[in-house]
Amino acid sequence: MDFSNFLAMRHEIILLAITLLLIVAEVFIPQNKKQSIVHLAILLFGLHTIVGFLPIMETNLFGGMFRTNGLIHFFKNILNLGVFILLLQSADWLRAKIFSQNKGTEFFILLFSSLLGMYFMISSGDFLMFYLGLELSTLPVAALAAYETTNRRSSEAGIKLILSSALASGVSLFGISMLYATSGSIYFENIIQIIASTDLTILGMILFFAGLAFKISLVPFHFWTADVYEGAPISVASYLSVISKGAAVFILMILLFTVLKPLMHVWENLIYLVAVLTMFIGNLFALRQQNMKRFLAFSSIAQAGFILLGLIAGTQLGTATIVYFVLIYVFSNLAAFGVVQAISLETGKEDINDYEGLYRTNPNLSLVMMLALFSLAGIPPVAGFFGKFFLFTAAASEGYYLLVFIAVVNVTISLYYYLIVVRAMFLRKSDNPIPFFKNRIYMRLGLLITVIGILVLGLYSPLYDYIYELSGIFN
Amino acid sequence: MNFSSIILIPLIPLAVFLLLGIFNKKIKPLASGYIGVAGLLVSTLLSINTAYHYFFVYGKSDGVYQTFVEKTVWMNFTDTLAIDMGVQIDPISVMMLIVVSIVSLMVQIYSRGYMKGDDGYTKFFAFLALFSFSMYGLVLATNLFQIYIFWELVGVSSYLLIGYYYTKPSAVSAAKKAFIVTRFADLGFLIGILIMGYYTGTYDFETLNNPEGSAILNWASTSFMGLSVLTWALILIFIGGAGKSAMFPLHIWLPDAMEGPTPVSALIHAATMVVAGIFLVARLFPMFYFVEEGFALNIVAYVGAFSSLFAAIIAITQTDIKRVLAFSTMSQLGYMMLALGVSGYEGHEGLGYMASMFHLFTHAMFKALLFLCAGSVIHAVHSNYLKDMGGLRKYMPITNITFLIAALAIAGVPPFAGFFSKDEILVAAFEHNKLIYFIGIFVAGLTAFYMFRIYFGIFWGKDTKYEQKPHESPLSMTFPLLFLALLSIIGGFIPFSEFVTADKAGFEAHINYPLAAVAVGVGLIGIALAWVFYKKENDLADKMVNFFGPLYQWTYDKFYFDEIYLFITKKILFNRVSAPIAKFDRKYVDGTMVGIGNKTVLASEKIKGMQSGKVQDYAFAFVAGVVIIALVFIYLWTS
Repeated sequence: MDFSNFLAMRHEIILLAITLLLIVAEVFIPQNKKQSIVHLAILLFGLHTIVGFLPIMETNLFGGMFRTNGLIHFFKNILNLGVFILLLQSADWLRAKIFSQNKGTEFFILLFSSLLGMYFMISSGDFLMFYLGLELSTLPVAALAAYETTNRRSSEAGIKLILSSALASGVSLFGISMLYATSGSIYFENIIQIIASTDLTILGMILFFAGLAFKISLVPFHFWTADVYEGAPISVASYLSVISKGAAVFILMILLFTVLKPLMHVWENLIYLVAVLTMFIGNLFALRQQNMKRFLAFSSIAQAGFILLGLIAGTQLGTATIVYFVLIYVFSNLAAFGVVQAISLETGKEDINDYEGLYRTNPNLSLVMMLALFSLAGIPPVAGFFGKFFLFTAAASEGYYLLVFIAVVNVTISLYYYLIVVRAMFLRKSDNPIPFFKNRIYMRLGLLITVIGILVLGLYSPLYDYIYELSGIFN
Repeated sequence: MNFSSIILIPLIPLAVFLLLGIFNKKIKPLASGYIGVAGLLVSTLLSINTAYHYFFVYGKSDGVYQTFVEKTVWMNFTDTLAIDMGVQIDPISVMMLIVVSIVSLMVQIYSRGYMKGDDGYTKFFAFLALFSFSMYGLVLATNLFQIYIFWELVGVSSYLLIGYYYTKPSAVSAAKKAFIVTRFADLGFLIGILIMGYYTGTYDFETLNNPEGSAILNWASTSFMGLSVLTWALILIFIGGAGKSAMFPLHIWLPDAMEGPTPVSALIHAATMVVAGIFLVARLFPMFYFVEEGFALNIVAYVGAFSSLFAAIIAITQTDIKRVLAFSTMSQLGYMMLALGVSGYEGHEGLGYMASMFHLFTHAMFKALLFLCAGSVIHAVHSNYLKDMGGLRKYMPITNITFLIAALAIAGVPPFAGFFSKDEILVAAFEHNKLIYFIGIFVAGLTAFYMFRIYFGIFWGKDTKYEQKPHESPLSMTFPLLFLALLSIIGGFIPFSEFVTADKAGFEAHINYPLAAVAVGVGLIGIALAWVFYKKENDLADKMVNFFGPLYQWTYDKFYFDEIYLFITKKILFNRVSAPIAKFDRKYVDGTMVGIGNKTVLASEKIKGMQSGKVQDYAFAFVAGVVIIALVFIYLWTS
């Protein structure tokens, strides 16, 4: 056997090695120096992120259970980048709150396990691998959501997440079993040739779709989102909203565009319906939120609705715009969560009202937040504008003008609530503003990367062309 | 042909502007003055270098000055129509480089003294640099669109500088007025540009102006309301030029613009920006001349002549010395316009064109000098009004002499610069249109009179008692005065007709002695009258005022043009047109939008309760969602 093929699993192998190394380090590093594990983890993961950008060969392993190609590879890099930023933003929180309870290392181990699950999920070549990846990516996050054991809401979030996701996984698995029943195979390559549009396959697809829709927080499978985001530690909420959602969107896209392509006449309507529901419900709920985390939860639901516009286009253009949008979304949302994290850690304040007058006391943080919100809202010239613009173009090019119109209406609604936060920070005065504070180096670095991402992706387009080329493989 | 050094001429002021603008607070005022002057000095040297090489080294071939163009495509409209950005070097652009450079440099040096101690010192120099950049860009433009872009930039700098004392309400409203009036004119300009581009397929001056080119040969192809569309385009473009150059009836902004600091008035509202309109007509001169046998050019001539007369009459009665100078500027700009209007194209026929450019050049020098002298006086007595001045010759000898030189120049007394350029204008007018010639000669007399009226009023006349003894201005202010005075003396001896002509070929111009004698005679009569009225304190002037009575009052109130405009805009436009539209907009357009917004928020409030917080409810919703979707897509929505 030629072991060089295993290099195609470089991401998975390295991440597993890092995880195991941290377990060992946990044992050997003395109690009073435990905090240095944060540096170690960030360093190792940073290297992993950089190494990840080296090119990889296209290949199938284990009889087609595991596969990789340029686009999957690129997407894993996006996830890595997101997790790296997230680690930088969480470092201070971990040192201040978690290591004091002597359970810091497990955070990394759980987080990396979940990421490993996502790697396997998006690289899966059959439903078994897919399901394993899905479960591996979900279960550790439930533990992470309950990580602040002293906080009752955190425990509640953990319970809600594990219960809801158990239901979702069950439904999804039921759907997969129906697809297996009709096609007689769990391999994507085989299913694609056999699958036919019968009632049973359609039901199977809908059930399977529900499971992933749960992870992406599409309406009506979204109810857990706000409660979990609010209760869970901010790092975990931002992981759920960015990394977990991004990976699920990606695998959903791959499966819809390849395996379930013969059912396109069904799922394009399904996506249409869910997209409209998701955009409206997400935006309408976001409109009246007071808590920043709940606010961002609903905003991220609405953003997922926009992503569906790319899915419905179902072409190379659709693929490229989705990947590009997710990349921008990673930067924008992490920037917003990063600022919330920094302020929450420093002052414990998480309400929109608390942000009043922030510009006077912390101009830099407010500017980062403003950029992030502008990018989420899609205001040129920041990156988010182009992300949305390309998505809408993709949908319009397939003739979904009404849907694009609905999306534009929703962008207008979303602009309103994003600007509420901007107004609070810049225009409102407060008797009791958040006092000035200085962030530590990791947090500043984490925010800096997101700001660079938001600005550069807005002004520099060749990356999109690169993604567009990579996206050719699915058509 | 070294374009890389020419492109630096506008870019250096731009760099200065960015530097001073971005590091506004961090740069010491003293340093910002030096940075501004140094930047402009480099630009000036480069301009002089360019001029020298163009006129004397490589510019001429076969006795004709060539046009050099270097450009890149900036924006493609269609396959054939594109907007370029570039640099065009030909006699008038090189001449304008010199004018803009010298006046800007002198004004910047002068401002170092004049603006000393002002809070916005750095900001002031930043704005000046922005203006220089825009003006250079304007004169170097290769096409109509580029000139329009810089045209607007010049307008913005003018706006910023008029409103420089932004705590003064009068300055703010003057800035707004200048901006709105010129913007209104620029609307005409823009429409003209678009028509031009649509019918000729190009914006390039080179292509448009080619007498054998398709634009000029095919002018008659399309007509609209009895005139060729190209004539319409030229008239519209001229409206833009008339706005910038304060031609009647778009002149109302210029007197108010005197609210800006005096160096700004000298630079922008006397020497450079206001001649942009003249420059524009000169730039498109072949089109004006050839299209429809010069119909649009006739309009230019009459508008110019009328403005010239109109402004000169008003100037006689004004008591604010800067306003006298402002109306004088308007009058002289009218002179330049009428000269262009009576000009032919080839050889000696093109005398008017050459005279106009010549007068633009000399006028820039002596009018800037007049303004700077006025600034020096205002600096000393802290007032703009004639009544607060008098007998200053004893206290301010340099200002006195230089003002006198400039006044003699503008009055057309030989051998000062104005004599030569004005003489050429009158000759050109005499040869082409007697009516305009007589207007011109009458205005020459008026000019001499009102200019010496304020000269005697300031430096002679009554011996005003001053609270603080006025004193001569510092060297940074007197040096530009002396330098410009020198140019006002020798500027007339430049053989302009060799360099700047309509067909670029150059001819020999001679002084027409009988006409010159008449012009000088009229000028001297004007001076003599002023001498009688104002040299010593006497009541002759008051008697004249009483004699003319209401006529004087009309003139003093500028023939109520401001009031007419206010009536039209406020009473008619605002009340009868804008107010109903605004009401409709608020009530129905906004009302609908606000209604939708309120309904959205209300909906949001109503559905908030759906999120119960109970995980069993969520599970129910999940399963219900799956079931409903499955039912819908299996049984109902099966396409």
